[in-house]
Amino acid sequence: MSTPAQFAHLPMPAPFGDYALGPPYDEMFRANGRPRTHYRNLYTQLLNLPSEELYRFKKEADLSFFNQGITFTVYGRAEGTEQIFPHDLLPRIVTSSEWATIERGLIQRITALNLFLADVYHDRRIVKDRVIPGEIIYTCKHFRRQMQGVRVPRDVYISVAGTDLIRIPDGRFVVLEDNLRVPSGVSYMLTSRKVMKQIFPALFRKCGVRPIEQYSQELLSTLRSLAPEGRSTIVLLTPGNYNSAYFEHAFLARQMGIELVEGRDLVVHDNTVYMRTTSGLQRVDVIYRRVDDDFVDPLAFRADSTLGVAGLFNAYRAGNVVLANALGSGVADDKAIYSYVPKIIRYYLDEDPILDNVETFLMTDRAQRDEVCGNLEKYVVKAVGESGGYGMLIGPHSSREQQAEFREKILADPRNYIAQPTITLSAAPCFMNGRIEPRHVDLRPYVLFGEKATIVPGGLTRVALRQGSLVVNSSQGGGSKDTWVLQN
Amino acid sequence: MLSRVADSLYWMSRYFERANHCARVLEANHNLMLNPSKLSTEERWHRITESLGIAPAAGGIDPHNAMVKLTSDAGYESSLAFCIAESRENAGQVREQISSEMWEGLNSLYHKVTKAGAKPETDSDPMRLVAAVREGSYQFHGMTDATMNHGEGWQFIQLGKYMERSCALPVLLDAYFSRVREADTLDWVGLLASCAAFESYCKVYTAELRPDSMAEFLLLNPEFPYSVRYAVERMGAAIAAISQTSFTKAGGRIERIAGRLRASLAYAQIAEIMIGGVHRYLDDVIKQCNSLHAAVHMVYIDYPIQSALEA
Repeated sequence: MSTPAQFAHLPMPAPFGDYALGPPYDEMFRANGRPRTHYRNLYTQLLNLPSEELYRFKKEADLSFFNQGITFTVYGRAEGTEQIFPHDLLPRIVTSSEWATIERGLIQRITALNLFLADVYHDRRIVKDRVIPGEIIYTCKHFRRQMQGVRVPRDVYISVAGTDLIRIPDGRFVVLEDNLRVPSGVSYMLTSRKVMKQIFPALFRKCGVRPIEQYSQELLSTLRSLAPEGRSTIVLLTPGNYNSAYFEHAFLARQMGIELVEGRDLVVHDNTVYMRTTSGLQRVDVIYRRVDDDFVDPLAFRADSTLGVAGLFNAYRAGNVVLANALGSGVADDKAIYSYVPKIIRYYLDEDPILDNVETFLMTDRAQRDEVCGNLEKYVVKAVGESGGYGMLIGPHSSREQQAEFREKILADPRNYIAQPTITLSAAPCFMNGRIEPRHVDLRPYVLFGEKATIVPGGLTRVALRQGSLVVNSSQGGGSKDTWVLQN
Repeated sequence: MLSRVADSLYWMSRYFERANHCARVLEANHNLMLNPSKLSTEERWHRITESLGIAPAAGGIDPHNAMVKLTSDAGYESSLAFCIAESRENAGQVREQISSEMWEGLNSLYHKVTKAGAKPETDSDPMRLVAAVREGSYQFHGMTDATMNHGEGWQFIQLGKYMERSCALPVLLDAYFSRVREADTLDWVGLLASCAAFESYCKVYTAELRPDSMAEFLLLNPEFPYSVRYAVERMGAAIAAISQTSFTKAGGRIERIAGRLRASLAYAQIAEIMIGGVHRYLDDVIKQCNSLHAAVHMVYIDYPIQSALEA
């Protein structure tokens, strides 16, 4: 871990003040305090802007988000649960060659994971060949026994993934998490681009930023490629407007021009799914569902779910409706399975992984468990089936009581936890209260997979807004930045 | 169009119109109550609540508190704050169906109303809120017409707006015409102002405020947007358009109910209505509107699945 002594305070020009350069990779500056080539345009612009001007830009941007109602809901707090998504003014810039590696790496990864899922729910060659122990798969919280033997169109289980990448101190991007169930955030990527274009038009012209606005069309054609021949009524299934990502569901449905449906809008009759319209019942062919597996059908999964549609699973199994992502795809983003992904890539594709994993310790392994439990202050511990930054311990920032609590939890249910060394995420300049300061960031590109794999050049750069914090999740006080992938 | 969506658009629009109507009535009366009158403050407030269809409050009325309650008490079902919040809530459920401009307009009006509601300290504050709702409503209607497809969803918005108006106007008229003899000139000005009708009325009948002329204007004028006949005509047009885009057979039943109501207003003569009793006539209009509302709900929103599968 870094200590303040390791941070170099080089003299920097005005808006940067005492911008600290430390061991984490800095997105904008080299170690000598000079800006990286691809950040020079932004750097010059910032030097020439009076700080009142930056304030004005910031206000303008926030107002635009507020008026558009771009908010998210934080669970577990009674008041003020609807908040504007905090947005940082300065773009995060990625070069075209860095992007090329990311793109190839993510496509390789989603291809392998789709092959893995098809195998898990059919022949299980990977278990028979002893590459992955079977019990790790069967004990996954998101393994769906009901999916055994069910054929899905094109054998595509994951059509939409939002993979979290982080940049380690040597400047390489590595994969932190695969989000393969119902990843969200893409609407923030799209709306923040729109706002940024209003604020920095000149900078856009100068830098040559690759466009991302085609995302909705790409998503629609991905979904369409899964539809049965000649039938193409596609809908987006949302848990409803109290869900934290409802803004995004509505946004995407509108951008794609498809119906935004809730469970209560759908009925299943004779294993066929219909929606209730003012012209009577209309048949539905593809459901882009933003509802977790568990809640999709109260008859097949959780009986207390009111968000789903009774009988949907039978219609799905009968092949009368397509769900994207497929049910049961959560096996592949279990955090214990994650540690096997490099092996999965080698097994199915016979290639070396282009993007590495973060080193991961399985708590089911005795030696690894003892190491982690003895040195909890060094590790980040995560529950395998959770997401959104819930259920995790950040060792270096935790108290003794929290560590003791997690040690007990791990020993009680080792399969439910993994640990990773504390990795310092890269830092990028952010406009904080009138000054430009470094904050930790990650990167979530959105991968689409249907007839072909597509990734729009960009993604959601999430920012840990509190100084020194490594948690970027929006539910835990994180914000976002626009991500610019340069043309050359 | 999804039934749930149609329902939300309809209610978004109804609540919005309700706020709009309430704002207009409050504004008109607020100005008049600054003049002395032979009626007591309480009697005048009683007529305001009556003309909004609200049960009168028990006990004495403090005009300032009553005004604050009607404008910014978000927990009170007849307040502007409540209606705007409900309208926004419904809009929020169908955000992808309305244009971004409409959502942003409604959203910022909502924030204005809730923020103002937090501190209604001076006398003029509730009135500023009322003015904001009135102006916001003209903007919202403009944006609705200019930025949204005039398809089925828009028709449900029209239906909601004019249904609300067709139900609210008779209640307002009834409050005045049930006590024709007690009313003085200023009261009649108040009635016309409550419908933003003063100037339009004068153009047709001059400034001579005769009860039967005013009844004729507000009930039967085919051109004035806040007359009952106009609202019913628009409602009928929306119903016809909806029935054309959806292929439900039962749509014809609704058109029949709407057509009967349209005809009764189109061919009525004010003298006959005055003789037969304005109250009875208004009551009948409200009853027909209610049955129209119920029929729309049954045919387009909450129909039994079995019947839809057989069709």
